[in-house]
Amino acid sequence: MTLRTFGLNEFGFLLQALQWTVILTIIALIGGGLLGFGLALARTSQLRAIRVAAGTYIQVIQGIPVLMILFLSYYGLSLAGLELPPLVAAGASMTIYASGYLAEIWRGCIQAVPKQQWEASESLAMTRLQQYRYVILPQALRVSLPPTVGFAVQVVKNTSITSIIGFVELARAGQLINNATFQPFRVFVAVAVLYFVVCYPLSQLSRLLERRLHVGSSR
Amino acid sequence: MAYTFQFGALAQYQHELMSGIWLTIKLSVLSILFGSLAGTLLASVRSINGGTVRFLVDAYVEIIRNTPFLIQLFIVYFGMPGLGIRVSADTAALIGMTINLAAYSTEIIRAGIEAVHKSQIEAGEALGFTRFQIYRHVIIVPAITKVYPALCSQFVLMMLASSICSAISTHELAASAAFVESQTYRSFEVYIVVTLIYLVLALALRAVLALVGLWLFGRRVARRTLATKPVSAVSEVSA
Repeated sequence: MTLRTFGLNEFGFLLQALQWTVILTIIALIGGGLLGFGLALARTSQLRAIRVAAGTYIQVIQGIPVLMILFLSYYGLSLAGLELPPLVAAGASMTIYASGYLAEIWRGCIQAVPKQQWEASESLAMTRLQQYRYVILPQALRVSLPPTVGFAVQVVKNTSITSIIGFVELARAGQLINNATFQPFRVFVAVAVLYFVVCYPLSQLSRLLERRLHVGSSR
Repeated sequence: MAYTFQFGALAQYQHELMSGIWLTIKLSVLSILFGSLAGTLLASVRSINGGTVRFLVDAYVEIIRNTPFLIQLFIVYFGMPGLGIRVSADTAALIGMTINLAAYSTEIIRAGIEAVHKSQIEAGEALGFTRFQIYRHVIIVPAITKVYPALCSQFVLMMLASSICSAISTHELAASAAFVESQTYRSFEVYIVVTLIYLVLALALRAVLALVGLWLFGRRVARRTLATKPVSAVSEVSA
């Protein structure tokens, strides 16, 4: 077998794999977004038990490595007798990971809405649901845009970890190409460049939004 | 078919796990030391020199913050031998973690430096401080005091991210877990136990960092270090 060199074909393979990185990121943001939104509401609930339960979940997710979330979903789900395609395990673990962080980011955004807004809407005899729907969430949404876009960058980067269970996204494709060409420096720099091309614009967008919306970050 | 947990199977692999824990702690402590020193240095240099130096520091920070930690490790471990530099998996892990943490620390400390009011510096000048005294007492110490809790969050995240080093055969805690799993086939039990160990390590690290903060900066900073804040868009997990 002769070694291939890292050329246009190989780069094309990386680009195809990049699609899976993007797809996985979207899955994680949608899934994690829905779950995280529920958790953020639970964190601002009036019932202490619900607040504590959601808080514990978030603390645990933020206190363990993403790799462990990945392994636990991968092996945990296969224990339940499900022969999992890596995409499902990857999607599930990225969703769980994203939910823990988005919940905390969005909780901060909900709590950034001034208390008077709650009081004013309550004095208009709104139900709690109406308060959220018409007064609180629209304002929290504005504040949430910059950190949410910023977090999307973290998700894109963290999808690389799913290569460890064999899901063929950009990082795994880089390994495969490296095995065929054995030009690691060239291959992994190319992979890094592709990640950068996706992440950097998002980072800049996050900064732009922050300036636009005049929201100081929490630091 | 119901699955029965058998944690007992792990008992004989205590030493294996302990050595993994030990390496995780060593890598974390060393990368925190080197990374925060490098971050302090780079953020300082950047604030003093506005030209090429600042551009280079910012480029470094942006490159590291917008690429995955796993790929950074691959470049260090697999890529560097091609340039004639061969390192062991442990050294590669330490280099990768330090490079990564240095970039995040630079970013966090930079924010702290930029938050120092110009009037403070003018006050320092009015008191006849030398330039170094101003840098030391008016700029860098207040800046780090201000961002110390944020730095600590980043340190904890780095400790957790060290698990990714198992992908380049560094035998830290996650790799020990994989090894025990391959020996016992009790995947779920192994990963539950190791996940709990990481959770304990994260809490312990935060407590230690709060003590360091108490010793360096006093009560208020220590309290802020312990209070886990929501992670802002400024700095998060380094993948």
